[in-house]
Order: sequence, then structure tokens, then C-alpha cells
Amino acid sequence: MSTTATAVEGEHHHHGPAKGLGRWLFATNHKDIGTMYLWTALAMFFLGGAFAMVIRMELFQPGLQLLEPEWFNRMFTMHGLVMVFGAIMPAWVGFANWQIPLMVGAPDMAMPRMNLLSYWLFPVAMLVLVSTFFMDGNAPAFGWTFYAPLSTTFAPDTTDFFIFGVHLLGVSSIMGAINVIATIVNLRAPGMTLMKMPLFVWTWLITAFLLIAVMPVLAGVVTMMLTDRNFGTAFFEASGGGDPLMFQHIFWFFGHPEVYIMILPAFGVVSQILPTFARKPLFGYASMVYATGAIAFLSFIVWGHHMFATGMPLAGELYFMYATMLIAVPTGVKIFNWMATMWRGSMTFETPMLFSIAFVFLFTIGGLTGLMMAMGPADMQYHSTYFIVAHFHYVLVPGAVFALMAGVYYWLPKWCGNMYDERLGKIHFWLSAISVNVLFFPQHFVGLAGMPRRVPDYPLQFADFNMIISIGGFAYGLSQLLFVYIVIKAIRGGQPATDQVWEGAQGLEWELPSPAPFHTHTTPPKVD
Amino acid sequence: MSANGNGMAQRLAWLGILVPALCVSPMAMAEWELNLREGVTDISRTVFDIHMTLFWICVVIGVGVFGVMLYSIINHRKSKGAVAAQFHESTVIEILWTVIPTLILVVMAVPATLAFIKLEDNSASDMSIQVIGYQWKWQYKYLDEELDFFSNLDAASREQIKADPTGVENYLLEVDNRLVIPAGKKVRFLISANDVIHSWWVPDFGWKQDAIPGFINEAWTRVDEPGIYRGQCTELCGIDHGFMPIVVEVKPQAEYEAWVAEQKSALAAAAASGDREWAMDELMEKGEEVYMRACVACHQANGQGIPPAFPPIAGGPIATGPVEGHLDQAMNGVPGTAMQAFAAQLNDVELAAVVTYQRNAFGNDMGDLVQPADVKAAR
Repeated sequence: MSTTATAVEGEHHHHGPAKGLGRWLFATNHKDIGTMYLWTALAMFFLGGAFAMVIRMELFQPGLQLLEPEWFNRMFTMHGLVMVFGAIMPAWVGFANWQIPLMVGAPDMAMPRMNLLSYWLFPVAMLVLVSTFFMDGNAPAFGWTFYAPLSTTFAPDTTDFFIFGVHLLGVSSIMGAINVIATIVNLRAPGMTLMKMPLFVWTWLITAFLLIAVMPVLAGVVTMMLTDRNFGTAFFEASGGGDPLMFQHIFWFFGHPEVYIMILPAFGVVSQILPTFARKPLFGYASMVYATGAIAFLSFIVWGHHMFATGMPLAGELYFMYATMLIAVPTGVKIFNWMATMWRGSMTFETPMLFSIAFVFLFTIGGLTGLMMAMGPADMQYHSTYFIVAHFHYVLVPGAVFALMAGVYYWLPKWCGNMYDERLGKIHFWLSAISVNVLFFPQHFVGLAGMPRRVPDYPLQFADFNMIISIGGFAYGLSQLLFVYIVIKAIRGGQPATDQVWEGAQGLEWELPSPAPFHTHTTPPKVD
Repeated sequence: MSANGNGMAQRLAWLGILVPALCVSPMAMAEWELNLREGVTDISRTVFDIHMTLFWICVVIGVGVFGVMLYSIINHRKSKGAVAAQFHESTVIEILWTVIPTLILVVMAVPATLAFIKLEDNSASDMSIQVIGYQWKWQYKYLDEELDFFSNLDAASREQIKADPTGVENYLLEVDNRLVIPAGKKVRFLISANDVIHSWWVPDFGWKQDAIPGFINEAWTRVDEPGIYRGQCTELCGIDHGFMPIVVEVKPQAEYEAWVAEQKSALAAAAASGDREWAMDELMEKGEEVYMRACVACHQANGQGIPPAFPPIAGGPIATGPVEGHLDQAMNGVPGTAMQAFAAQLNDVELAAVVTYQRNAFGNDMGDLVQPADVKAAR
């Protein structure tokens, strides 16, 4: 992205970016690796989105029109896996690569070669995962949560490729996380104490610890699946003395922190953007840091709320209910902080701000339905219905994805040196914000009325809402093509960005030229 | 999808025509149900109350937060000449917005805890029914009676899945054999599964409970109002996860007892019918009925299966091989695959009929048949 600007800088440093394909294949520069992460994640976002479009086409009306049920199951399984592991997580790693060195005043990530390896493992892993479509037995069809024994005894042989893919993704994520921690801990500019770090850096530091803690757990559970499937063990096979429920305990010990891995960096981005466009400091910096830490800690001790209907003993149900309710407190602190940051600011509403404000509104809706589901007895009704689907899509799409969009609009001028087309950006925002609600809000209704998730067909009473949901889905999917056009248009040209880009922007990255040169902060800046 | 690419293209074309057409026509197909059902049990009403209380708390919080934000968005904008205040951090406010939510949570935890305790009180039940999930049907065993049967998706729904479901009453919410329970009695359910994890849910009862192989989960209900209550499987369990409904019919005690007696005599009659010799066309007729109930989900109505997980019956090596091997596979299944053992699920007549049907339908034309007596001998 930054080819033109590096010419000047390149004369001072004898190694600018390499020419041709080698620049990308052997990239060790954090900006190049960040760019590759972001483009690959965007491609995966459209692949996962295409699966979602197929799901919504099938659910457009009752009966089966397009797909055999088995294909429907493959579609939602791959939609979930590709979106979680291929789109959202790597997109945040792309942001980490680009932004963390710029924001802490480091010349690069601490371990550039490991950075390269962790990037390349990711597209390879996705290739392994997606290649199952072309194999005998076809793609996984057991949901992104791959509960045993559906994913062990009853799954096709291609499941072993799925396991291999997950292993590779885990290795990639762990290396990425180590790199983030090493960079933040060791390479901060002189004077930048921990409590002076930008919030995006803080949230990523905590996310990186979550990754290191839980990716090995995921690797463990898929390894147990692997030996169950191929080497005669019976970890999850009841007839061999194993325990299918143990799978869920291990999976959700990974799975719950995983949802915070996807949302904590979003909190960080929004906490950067709101003060910029409100021209007012973040209301409670310290309490935001502590709230992030509290959420991360709590995420390890609440996994059982995914399992209220599995027949846990009463004591377990009560414990997990109380612990889960606690998460509402630090999450509330965050939302109130954003609210107070906007209060009596001097706000302007450029595209990053619009996406951030929508994030706060819609993430709050997702958070409130989360509070409802924390109530165990009520969850006995909500569990495994479209109410849950609505909840987690509210926190992941107008939550994490909107924050990603906000982040791209916010930092793109710094990355490529040009302003994006503000008018188109606003059109993209309004199309996305309206369609995303048409898509996900009625899912609350069909869920409460009793529509289970993961069904290819439904009773007639759900027909009208499903049609509306599908129309919202198609509109949302199409709107995202506009985003690609806007980004490419900005990279190719447009009004040149100033160094500070945004009037209210503060932080080390805004003191650098736009576009950011290939090498930055080669002498550490001094932070007062 | 690849197998019928043409069909799919056609359907996509249809969708292209249908989408605009349906958008302009008034959507009169169904009800606009928005909220959770209050249900018909004490538990479901308690859950409904918790749900509504929480909903209103969320509305109040939402209105507060969104109201403040909207006020700032409207008034504190640069274009209106707003000058940014520079305040930040206020210990009082930060303590308040930590403590108040905590108090709300504590208040909410009380009714939720009481509801959980009530929900998990499985003691002092009047009768017990074992519920076992299978791919893709439910087995109900009345532990206090000699009564035990399977419950599958009804034929009317099954026939219209790929055709036109709009005319089917209770589409995907009707079964061939309903679970019948007496009104006003505390019924304990012992819920388990035979293959993968399923989940048993009737929304009007107020809870769902996973059916997990190797586990027996307890749950209970007491329904005072006779009626028909419908639900669905709520844990992904393979291809026909969306097609294994649950229908519970609550009858007054006397009618319930009559129903039990009737079921027992029907079961006895069915077993007795295996004592005589059956003719080919009788077996074929019965066999088709059994096939459409027990085999169709995997092996498909045309016998083509969904290879490789579900091999075809039409021209398949088992159905066109020796009859003993075929019967053995139908009765005992193939361990480690999706092929279940049907010996315990079907009686002698049903097994004889379905094997005969498979050997002579779909162009297999083997010409041989299996008698109920052969099945009896093989047991």
C-alpha cells in the first residue's frame, strides 16, 4: 500500500521494499504483513459471506428449494469457521501488525520472521479447510462448535483435514500473540508507560494473553478428536467409557475467551475513534483498562453458560449464572464510558465515527440480550434458538465487523496516503447500518417464538420474518462490495491525507507522514 | 449440489422471479409472533416472568444510554458550534455506574435462583418416561407400563419438504406417534440419546434438555390443561436435525388410561400378525410404509442415498446380495457408521417387509422375500 512514499525513505535506508512477488512472499515488514493479513481476511469475509447468502437463500421460504439438508449444514458450518478463524481474528491481527508498532513508537514487530511464518500458516490453513469441499466426504457439517460425537464417530473422513487446519490456525495465532506481547512489552518508545499506551494497544495486549491461554486448549480438544477418530481412543465416546460432555467443557473453555478475542480489539478501536471525533479525551482511561482486564479474567470462568441445557448439577448452573451476570458490570462500564466521552464533545460525523457510534448502539443491544441469556432459567428457553443467533450476530457483525470497518476508514489515510471518498463511505455506512438491522433484529422474534437454529427448513409460522431476514441479508452482503470499491479507490488516488489526518487525532501514528513510510520510528520518539 | 446442478439453476431462476413477486404481495402466510410463549406450566410462567422483567430492565437501560447518546449526537456537534469540554474521570460517577448495575444483577439473581431450584426438583413424580434421541426420531418408553414406541416426522410434512409445504397443517410440527401424558400429573422425563446429542424441547413446558449418549438427564413437567403441545429438536444432530419434531398430547387421566390400554393391544396385535405367512404384495405395501418412515432420511425416497456417507439401496451390494446378509445389516446395523441397528426399533413384520421392499423396489427386482418368521429366527 505504501509503495510511492517509501522512495524517499528508501534512499536513507538501503533496503526498501523488495520488488515483485518476493516483497510479499518474504515480507518481514510489519506494514506489508499487516496489509496481507487485511486483504486475506477481507477475501475470507466475502467467502464466509457467500456461504451466508446461500443459507439465506435456502431459508427465504419454507421447504427445501436449493440445498439438500447436508449441504445446508456444510454451509453454516463453513460460514462460522471461515468468519471466526478466517475473517475476524486475522483482520485484528492485520490491525495489530499495522498499528501497534506505529502507536507504541516501535520500528517493527519484535520478531519479524516469526511474523511472516504466522501469516503464511493462515492462508494455508484456510486452504486446507476449504479444500474439503472437493474431497470425498465433503466439507464439515457439524457446526463451528463441532460437538462430539457428531464430529467424531459420525463425521466424514475429511474431518481430519479440518483438525489439521485448526492446528495450523492455532500455531499461527499463538505466534502472532507472542509477537504482539513481545513488541508491546519491549519496544515501547521511551516514556510510554503502560498506563500511557493507547487503548487499542491495551486491548490487543490483553487479547494476546487470551490467545496464548486458549488456543492450546483448542489444539488439545481437536487432538483428542483426532485420536478418537483414528487411534481407537474414546475421550468423547460414551460406549468406550468416554464423555461427550467433556468435549463441550473443553471447547467452551476455549470458546468463551474466543468471543472476547474477537471483540476486545473492537473496544480498543472504538475507544480511539470516539475521542478523536468528539475532540475530547476518553472519559475514563484507567477504568477502561481495568474493565478490559476484568472482562478477560471473567471470560475464563463462565464457559458453563453455554451448557445450561446439558444437565449440569444445580450448583454448577447457579455458579455459572452468577459468574456470567458479573460480566455485565465491566461491559457496562465500557458503554457508559463511551457515552460520557461523547457527552459535551464537539462532534463531527465522518464515516469512522458513524461506524463507531453504530457499534456502541448495536453492541449494547447484543450486550443486553446477553444479559437476558445469562439468566439460566430463561436460557432454558432461549438456548439454541434464533434468539441466540441474533445475540451473537449483534456482537459480531455490528459489533466486531463495524469496528473493523471503522478502523479501516480511520487509519486508511495513514496507510495509503489518500483520503477515502467520504460521500461513498457514508453511503456504505447507512446501507450497512440499516440492512444489518433488517437482517438480525427479526431473528430475536423468530427465536423467541421458537425457531431452533441450524435448521434448513422451518414451520410455516416463521415464514414472513425469514423472508425479511433474507432480504436484509442480501442487502447487507451487497453493500459490502461498495466497501471494497471505496478502499481500492482510495489506494489508487484521492485527496492526499495530511499527517494528522483528523482534526482531533492524537497519538504517535499521527505524527508520522501520510502515507506512513516503509520504515518508521527507526529512532524511537520520546513520549512525555 | 453438484449432483443436480441443472435443478439448482432452475430453482435459482425461480427465486429471481419469486423475490420481487413475493415482496409486493401482502405477506399473509403466517402469524407475526414476537415474544416468548407464556406456556402452560408453572415453570414456563415463571420463566416468562423472568424474561419479561429482564426485558423491561433492558428497555430502561437501553432508553437511558441511547437517550443520552442521542442527546449528545443532536446537541454536542461541531456544526452547532459546540465546544468540547475537557473533563474526564469522576470517581463518584464511576463508582455509581459500577455499583448500580451490580445491585440490579443481585436483585435479578433472586428470582432466577428460585426458578432454577424449582426447575431442577425432579422429586415426587407420579410417573416416568424415558426419552431417547435417535438420528432422527424420538423413542418414548413408559417405564411404569409395558409401552414403548418411536415417534417420527409425519408423512404429510415429509412429502412436501421439497414440494409445497404451505398447505400442510402443522408443517414440521407433527409426528406419526404422539407422546401422550396425563393432565395434572408430575411426569419425570429421563432423557438420553442413542447416537449423537439431541435436545428435547417443548416451548410451552418452559425448558429444554439435551439428550446425550451415555448420560441420563432428568427433567419434569406438570401440565394441567389438556391439549397438544409441539416442539422440535434443538441440538444439531446431522442431516435431519430440522425434521424430528416433538408432539405431546395431554389427556385427562381417564382418557390417558384408555389410550394406554389401546396402545398395548395394538402392539400385541402387531406382534401376533407376524405368526402367519405374508404374501409378496402385502410385504411390499407394508415395506414401503416402513421405508418412508425409517430409511428415507438417509437412503432417500428414490433409494439413491447420499454417497459416500449414506450408500444407495438401488443397485447396492447389500440389497442385491444374499438375503441373510441384508437382513443381518438391517437388524444389527454397521457399528461406527450412521447405519443404526433396527432390531429393537421394528417388529418382525416391519423388518421382513422393509427388507423385502428394498430387495424389490428401485429396480432391484431380486424376486425373493423375507417372512416375519425368518426375522424371528434371526433374533
